[in-house]
Amino acid sequence: MTDTADIAAGRLPPAQLAANFADAHPPLSPHEAVVEASRCYFCHDAPCIEACPTGIDIPGFIRKIGTGNLRGAARRILEANVFGGSCARVCPTEILCEAACVRTAEEDRPVRIGALQRRAIDWLMEHEPTPFARAPATGKRIAVVGAGPAGLACAHRLAMHGHEVTVFEARPKPGGLNEYGIAAYKLADDFAQREVAFILSVGGITIDYGKRLGVELTLPDLRAGFAAVFLGMGLAGVRALGIAGETLGGVRDAVDFIAELRQTGDKARLPVGRRVVVIGGGNTAIDAATQARRLGAEDVTIVYRRGPGEMSATVDEQDWAQTNGVRIRHWAAPQALLGAAGQVRGVTFLRTRLDQTGRAVPSGERFALEADMVLKAVGQVFMADPLAADGSLLLATEDGRIAVDAERRTSMPGVYAGGDCVAGVDLTVAAVQDGKLAAEAIHRAVTG
Amino acid sequence: MADLTTNFAGIRAPNPFWLASAPPTDKAYNVVRAFEAGWGGVVWKTLGEDPPVVNVSSRYGAVSYNGVRIAGFNNIELITDRPLDLNLREIRQVKRDWPDRAVIVSLMVPCTEDAWKSILAPVEDTGCDGIELNFGCPHGMSERNMGAAVGQVPEYVEMVTAWCKQHSRMKVIVKLTPNITNILAPARAALAGGADAVSLINTVQSITGVDLDQMAPEPVVDGQGTHGGYCGPAVKPIALRMVGDIAREADLRRLPISGIGGISSWRDAAEFIALGAGSVQVCTAAMHHGFRIVDDMIDGLSNWMDSKGYRTLDDFRGRAVPNYVHWSDLNLNFKTLARIDQDLCIKCGLCHIACEDTSHQAIAALRVDGARRYEVIDAECVGCNLCAHVCPVDDCITMQPQPATLPKLVWPQHPNNPMRIPEAAE
Repeated sequence: MTDTADIAAGRLPPAQLAANFADAHPPLSPHEAVVEASRCYFCHDAPCIEACPTGIDIPGFIRKIGTGNLRGAARRILEANVFGGSCARVCPTEILCEAACVRTAEEDRPVRIGALQRRAIDWLMEHEPTPFARAPATGKRIAVVGAGPAGLACAHRLAMHGHEVTVFEARPKPGGLNEYGIAAYKLADDFAQREVAFILSVGGITIDYGKRLGVELTLPDLRAGFAAVFLGMGLAGVRALGIAGETLGGVRDAVDFIAELRQTGDKARLPVGRRVVVIGGGNTAIDAATQARRLGAEDVTIVYRRGPGEMSATVDEQDWAQTNGVRIRHWAAPQALLGAAGQVRGVTFLRTRLDQTGRAVPSGERFALEADMVLKAVGQVFMADPLAADGSLLLATEDGRIAVDAERRTSMPGVYAGGDCVAGVDLTVAAVQDGKLAAEAIHRAVTG
Repeated sequence: MADLTTNFAGIRAPNPFWLASAPPTDKAYNVVRAFEAGWGGVVWKTLGEDPPVVNVSSRYGAVSYNGVRIAGFNNIELITDRPLDLNLREIRQVKRDWPDRAVIVSLMVPCTEDAWKSILAPVEDTGCDGIELNFGCPHGMSERNMGAAVGQVPEYVEMVTAWCKQHSRMKVIVKLTPNITNILAPARAALAGGADAVSLINTVQSITGVDLDQMAPEPVVDGQGTHGGYCGPAVKPIALRMVGDIAREADLRRLPISGIGGISSWRDAAEFIALGAGSVQVCTAAMHHGFRIVDDMIDGLSNWMDSKGYRTLDDFRGRAVPNYVHWSDLNLNFKTLARIDQDLCIKCGLCHIACEDTSHQAIAALRVDGARRYEVIDAECVGCNLCAHVCPVDDCITMQPQPATLPKLVWPQHPNNPMRIPEAAE
């Protein structure tokens, strides 16, 4: 172990940093898009549609790309998913539509649905920045908590139906995880903000920033002041490791590291350790580790307590991290964070193995990794406190999150919820579907 | 290694792959490059009277299909725009330098005996192997009463052919236009005029597309377009049919045919030869990819012939002709049924939706334990082949001929035919 922790900014020349955080997967050229579109078989009862949480008419929009009807293609996507632009960039298509693509079964080479979707949406945003037409005003006012994908998908659909929507957002900017929680090279060129502006161009949506549920707002007040309420505030808490040394300097939550990186224009000002250890097995771990590497960290290791098959990051994401020079070590759980002079200097791990019940348990074997920076990515949790009154929760929960029915109704009449704060898969595209379904349910309820 | 040497109406060549009369054969420079690449012969781009014609700028239109370039191709170029004497000198030199290759000269002059007579002698003097009469050019020259304007009138075909045979000793190939209702009429006229062979098809009158911004047919010449001659892979079926029509006629059976139309590979060539062609001519494929394509044409045809045990081209030439029959000769008691290989099926559902919407509702779309499954309903299947054509997976849907339960029955004897020929009384 060296004497002092090595955390520094500007490890790479500015041009290299700019390249490292530019678009990781450049768009298809017009000709590439036509050729790729021609690979779509235009299936009947297409499996890809079923695999998309928002049910986009994938063969339909791809056919339109093939015929040069990019406007129609983009509008077909947006009908089902108003966040089609960011979903095209961040969706794990390899486990959704592209996994279901019949070309995967045929030749293990699916149609590049995500890339084609991006082609259509990018075209529309460039050529027709305000494509949305609202229904006549209904005079109904709806409150939405959270300006992330769930909240804005809900708000947009409600606005289309003619309702007036006020979105309450705790942070200074809209976009939720698209703005604060996703690797920069996945949503390059300020795409999260450009997309929100595109969505808000529908009109009828006001965002009230700096408003947190449980602090500046209460659910009963919202319920009283609006015809309906949609909760889409995501996960406000992060899990701790629960081991010694978590307060040492250089130990951070990966989500904070990613958020700071996203909000820092000049990446040369961002400090990063020479040796970085990331603990966890999800997309947050991948995004934190890969971005640490791209900031110039020399040695980045992800450590996960189980095997590659159990990681919630997809195989493609794991490959991406490894291609970026990140090492992934499986079957090890952190035991203690080691420090000197208040700074973290290393982590000791216990090797794990599966016990008879299928749980990963320590095997007794130990190893240590040197580290100047440790990023914790062992999961985010729903914070229910803002929904409590007089010591009891106002809404029923399920698996520690807000319980909802198929229409995204909570246990409280007039209150709906979606996105990461409800049980289910934590994906942008699933959040969009929640918001959309809730908006339709709210629309039926307030106009019925 | 199969023997690809060709003797076409007495014209010899090391292989049957000739370049058609077109831009690739307009100059010695191109032709020499073609011979270096291995082409068996060329038909030199059509010569006419001096002064030479003038060609427009913007000459080609193309049909792209799903991003694939040049599925079909058209042109509005006319005959050579170079001086006659220059072409004649180059032809003479090329033939001298490449004596084993077929060098045929395409000709088109006004429809008078004098005009034809006066061009034949200097052409014959080049030492070329023969001439091809361009009775097919469907654009431009036809407006001047040449090209297809001659080819569409059998009497003119016979007349001009006869002039050429009368005023020269050269082999005469008559190139036929497909822009006609019955290809047999000009073919018979050519034979009657003494032609040594026919070649077909010339290009099909066409507009490849309309430029929707300029609101003009393509290719656009200063804001306007004209119809051109269509060729390339898209016209192969039209050409095969016309070649077959001539090849199966008893009175035309001995007339050599040089097959032209969308030939891009050795397989295309083999199909034309199987339908009776003695040589094949290529243009669009070469214009798309360059002369090097002849390498695989020669190699692929040879390998295929070896695999089939055909030693020479004559071993399989015309073998498909007896099986090219009229509809009324087809067996109405033949039955074939679609079979889906469930292990190969990728669940695209195209067979189902094609049959359900546009055919016979003979493929059921099922869900078995949630999984898609497509099954043929034999009782409804008429054996139309549609599903096998739309299925994107090779050999997943195959058509299986059913065992014959009834003797062959053709329409002339079918009970539903009001014009039925009664069976002879016992």
